[in-house]
Amino acid sequence: MKAKVARIGLVALVIGLAATLTTVGRVGGVGAQEKVPAGVAVKIDNFSFGPATVTVPVGTTVTWTNRDDIPHTAVSSDGVFKSKVMDTDDKFSFVFSKPGTYPYYCTIHPKMTGQIIVQ
Amino acid sequence: MSQSKNDEILHDHNHDGIDRRGFLKCMAWAGTGALCVMQGGVLKSYSMSRMNEWNAAKMGGELSFAQISDSHMGFNKPANPDVAATLKAAVDKINALSAQPEFLLHTGDISHLAKPEEFDTVDQILKGAVAKEVFFVPGEHDVIGDDGQQYRDRYGKGTKGAGWYSFDKKGVHFIGLVNVVNLKAGGLGNLGGDQLDWLAADVKQLKSSTPIVVFAHIPLWSVYPEWGWGTDDSAQALSYLRKFGSVSVLNGHIHQIMQKVEGNVTFHTAMSTAFPQPQPGKADSPGPMKVPAEQLRSVLGITDVNFVRGQHALAIVDSQLA
Repeated sequence: MKAKVARIGLVALVIGLAATLTTVGRVGGVGAQEKVPAGVAVKIDNFSFGPATVTVPVGTTVTWTNRDDIPHTAVSSDGVFKSKVMDTDDKFSFVFSKPGTYPYYCTIHPKMTGQIIVQ
Repeated sequence: MSQSKNDEILHDHNHDGIDRRGFLKCMAWAGTGALCVMQGGVLKSYSMSRMNEWNAAKMGGELSFAQISDSHMGFNKPANPDVAATLKAAVDKINALSAQPEFLLHTGDISHLAKPEEFDTVDQILKGAVAKEVFFVPGEHDVIGDDGQQYRDRYGKGTKGAGWYSFDKKGVHFIGLVNVVNLKAGGLGNLGGDQLDWLAADVKQLKSSTPIVVFAHIPLWSVYPEWGWGTDDSAQALSYLRKFGSVSVLNGHIHQIMQKVEGNVTFHTAMSTAFPQPQPGKADSPGPMKVPAEQLRSVLGITDVNFVRGQHALAIVDSQLA
């Protein structure tokens, strides 16, 4: 019984969150029927990925933004994703649809490493 | 050798040229310059303030060439909004040398984003050089997106693998290495097994008296690994060059002058023609260093190299653009 109540509570929370997101979408001019994807941002600053480790639920879109004066890339060490070169303020997004740990690095400056943990 | 004692710094380290404990490290930061003459195992360096007294003719040099590096064509941020103008100034500086270099070496980061128009612009500006022959190695910016295919199509005809090659000029053996492709996560510059095998075979038949000049983009010594300023497998490459009495290693990448002499090997990095980078660890990152516009050309420059046969002397002269 208790577990069921908790699950109902979670469902209510998710619906509530979705409603909030939809509202935000409307304010931003997005059509009422469109869902705004849940996203996480990684900033590239001073030759480093921040945060270097990001833990996200399945289905999350991660967006990298290069804030440096120098171009960078974000490339999966296992070949799962590969950005084009990002010059200053360029972005790259990838949707993580499977659980796992995804290490990545900048192929131009390989000292720059990070990982996305998808749960 | 008519320098006054005031301007002369004589580093008399390992006389035999073998004792690695006689390790000498001398550094000249961006904005300064030095002339280094190596004779036997002795390095002499002279301050830039007397540089105008030195030229290839005076030194009796038989081979003269100039190194330019890190032109980063396409870069347009505040550190230098006009990298074409400063590359042109570098070419003018070379053209004004009292003894014309026989050829130019470009040690990589020709372009900023490996765009065709960036390479085109550099090619156009370099056509203004009196010296018509230019030898290149790629920087990491030149191989963005295609692992260097476009670079090799343009500059790498007749080269091996990722673009490595060697050639001889007046008895000096030049080796251009590529340490900017197939870089591993968390690693530094990388030469790779195929290139190392090629290098071992390339120098095997040479006499140990043959002067060697190695040029590559990322330093082939550990300048500052925290910023990626080094090459993972450079020690193995250098082990193949131990038998030679005179080895000079010329690099770019770090946009400032650094020198080191270890045994028979002289390491030297050149200034950029585009923008300076901070001293190792003196900033949050190795990103472009912004200096007042009127100071920019004092931290950019070219490197003029003279070889004197018989004396095993190599003179490296760095000149700022202004």
